Amino acid sequence: MLDLIIIGAGPAGITASVYAARKKMNFLVISKDIGGQAAWSGDIENYTGYQFISGPELAQKFEEHMRKYSIAVKESEEVALVEKSDEVIKVVTLKSEYEARSVIIASGKRSRELGIPGEKEFKNKGLTYCATCDGPLFAGKDVAIIGGGNSALDAALQMIGIGTKVYIINNMDILGGDAVMRHKVEENVKVKVFNKTQVTAVLGEKMVTGIRIQNRDNHAEELVPVEGVFVEIGLEPNSEFAKGIAKNEHAEIKVNAYNETNVTGIFAAGDVTDVPEKQIIIAAGEGSKALLSVFRYLAKQ
Amino acid sequence: MAKNIKIYSTPTCPWCVRVKQFLKENNVSFEDLDVSTNQAAAEEMIQKTGQMGVPVLDIEGEIIIGFDKDKIKATLGI
Repeated sequence: MLDLIIIGAGPAGITASVYAARKKMNFLVISKDIGGQAAWSGDIENYTGYQFISGPELAQKFEEHMRKYSIAVKESEEVALVEKSDEVIKVVTLKSEYEARSVIIASGKRSRELGIPGEKEFKNKGLTYCATCDGPLFAGKDVAIIGGGNSALDAALQMIGIGTKVYIINNMDILGGDAVMRHKVEENVKVKVFNKTQVTAVLGEKMVTGIRIQNRDNHAEELVPVEGVFVEIGLEPNSEFAKGIAKNEHAEIKVNAYNETNVTGIFAAGDVTDVPEKQIIIAAGEGSKALLSVFRYLAKQ
Repeated sequence: MAKNIKIYSTPTCPWCVRVKQFLKENNVSFEDLDVSTNQAAAEEMIQKTGQMGVPVLDIEGEIIIGFDKDKIKATLGI
């Protein structure tokens, strides 16, 4: 039986895997992708040792570091269930089943979805969760950005830069995010902000042609003709498969200072946990801490 | 015989960077079309795929949307 299964290969999972390889543990990494959210980040200027590096480059460095050791990685494999019976922890994926003495859950977070009609149908047909990726395709077209935080402002500034009329649909009373970015967005004549407003549907035929919005106070509805819809309403943890494991109100897995969950032998690290800050460097540090805890746990058994 | 490969991409998309890196590592050559500046290529991509997400690979008519490593490997036989 394996000593350990690491679920996820973002900064936390990869760092744990490097530590595990150096401890010569018998282990396996299972992940949907390599690099996690780090691969989606723009410019990174606060990862110690790199004064400036892009997200994809840092993710590539992480992967190279992992591949330097002969680590068994099950890529493009999604975990459906983790459960413990007696002293064995079973990890069930959509392709297979594995057993280990311990598990580190480092499955990170994903973009939150709106959950409204039209969202699924028009995904990649005008609706996107990655403004950084797909933004340039909408040059000169009118777009709606859903959200009111930093990532929404970031997307708005990007689109203003390529000559696009931007509607910001914000559920809150006022825009959030950094003051500097907020002022830049609010001052721009190409931007119209709808506060206290929800999106109720994404409309279109083959591609997006508009959205329906509703004011929270007076419930007035309005149609906004746009060709692009950028969803920037934050993140949610990939923790659904961790069924018997304690989570907080945001569905983040609860861990203590040793990265232990409420289930003995199951540890967690990085953005999927309730660790106070979500940063690449923190996720990496948490990954190493979790692995060292696992190592001590297995040694005691 | 080397296959004729087109990649529709934007400079800001992480998966576009990764897919190109992956092909280079495997010594596969390709034509890179930047759909953020090349409007004709953007329209061609949308017309071929009926969607607007990048990257898109056109391997001699076989269309692959996204960095689908397994599918790319199978199509190229690498």
